[in-house]
Amino acid sequence: MGMIGKLSAAALLAGAAASAVFWVATRPERLPAAIVSELGAGDAGRGERIFWAGGCTSCHAAPKSEGEARLQLPGGAELNTPFGVFVPPNISQDPVDGIGGWTVEDFANAMMRGVSPEGEHYYPAFPYTSYARMKPQDVADLYAYMKTLPATPGAAADHRLGFPFTVRRGLGLWKLLYLSDEPVVDFPAGAPDLVLAGRYLAEGPGHCGECHTPRDMLGGAEKARWLSGAAAAEGEGIVPNITPGEGGLKWSASEIADYLETGFTPEFDSVGGAMVEVQKNMAKLPQEDRDAIAAYLKAIPPHPNGYPAWQPAAN
Amino acid sequence: MRNLLLAICGLAFATSAVFADPIADRQALMKANGKAMGSIAPIVKGEKDFDAALVMDALTKLAEDAQKMDPAVLWPVGSETGGDTTSAPAIWEDPAAFQAAIDKFKADTAAAVAAAPADLDALKVQFGAVASNCGGCHEKFRIKKG
Repeated sequence: MGMIGKLSAAALLAGAAASAVFWVATRPERLPAAIVSELGAGDAGRGERIFWAGGCTSCHAAPKSEGEARLQLPGGAELNTPFGVFVPPNISQDPVDGIGGWTVEDFANAMMRGVSPEGEHYYPAFPYTSYARMKPQDVADLYAYMKTLPATPGAAADHRLGFPFTVRRGLGLWKLLYLSDEPVVDFPAGAPDLVLAGRYLAEGPGHCGECHTPRDMLGGAEKARWLSGAAAAEGEGIVPNITPGEGGLKWSASEIADYLETGFTPEFDSVGGAMVEVQKNMAKLPQEDRDAIAAYLKAIPPHPNGYPAWQPAAN
Repeated sequence: MRNLLLAICGLAFATSAVFADPIADRQALMKANGKAMGSIAPIVKGEKDFDAALVMDALTKLAEDAQKMDPAVLWPVGSETGGDTTSAPAIWEDPAAFQAAIDKFKADTAAAVAAAPADLDALKVQFGAVASNCGGCHEKFRIKKG
């Protein structure tokens, strides 16, 4: 073998090694057996609360549907983001187009690890980065509740993304950076139960941080600026700072809870934008859950606004 | 003298037309709506006793304000940006949907006045119907700015 042959062979080997490392590092990781064993039998009654806390309908209901039709979950809305257009899939009980054929383990792997039953990564437009913090029992309860919802036939359209975002396998690296089931905000020992309950709801099922936290270049949440607000992922405008920091929420805990229940600020301005659907879901929770989220928001570290100051247009 | 007065009136009219500020006007209208809603909300929440006269005042004010919401006057072309407006581009991109949202607000406030709620339960129904218009319209037609 000549020099060039040896070099080529070395390059091939190095390439193969790199591919192997990529393949191993990006492998979709399913839930460990210990968590699967905690799933247990779900309770549909308890699962309804998780369903509203999680806001499944906000993305997966048919666009513009109202009332009972919100419980059909055919997907099909379009999320226009800088990465491309994401189309939430059908998560109704239809066995072919939806998730009617899934086991509770399939469901938990999707929710808590972003892995499909076929073993592929989901895109994090589906907020499994938050759902990863959920209690296995709550996931099992949610599964049981969703079993009581209708089967709605019809597959949603595919996502429309550009390269390199079309390579799902690459999400394995992204998950190594950003997927964690640990709480974001560390409270000292002895923090009130209400604050901890709020942390669970806000950081887990409620997935507040997905819109209210700025994202870095790779689209991961900047946890050092948690809930400090962000440029809206879709369209113009911003998502507000909801920390007690400069530019953030100055409302009392009961005013925050009132807002989540009624959609009105203390000044009687109203909820708007994507928060309209979120607030409708929050209004369906027990009062203690809204109180818990409010207590959490009063207790989290203050940050200045996570979005640039608005420049008035010259006209 | 009469001519001078006419000239002054004409000038004042022209000035007001030139300096008409639809952004300030629509913001004042929205603030007034918020104030009216805020005046009856404590009754709905059970923090204040039912007061039929106060309720009718607020509902009437909302119905009158709804009638003033003419997109050609308050959201004319050219007022998409400027000041601290938070009106969304969708107002001008989808005027039919915006008009439909305004028409719903007109209908719901007129119905609330016609219903003339005489007790708390009746008020809750009308308040809920009117209030749904706030978020319903702000969902698509308002954006938050930093």
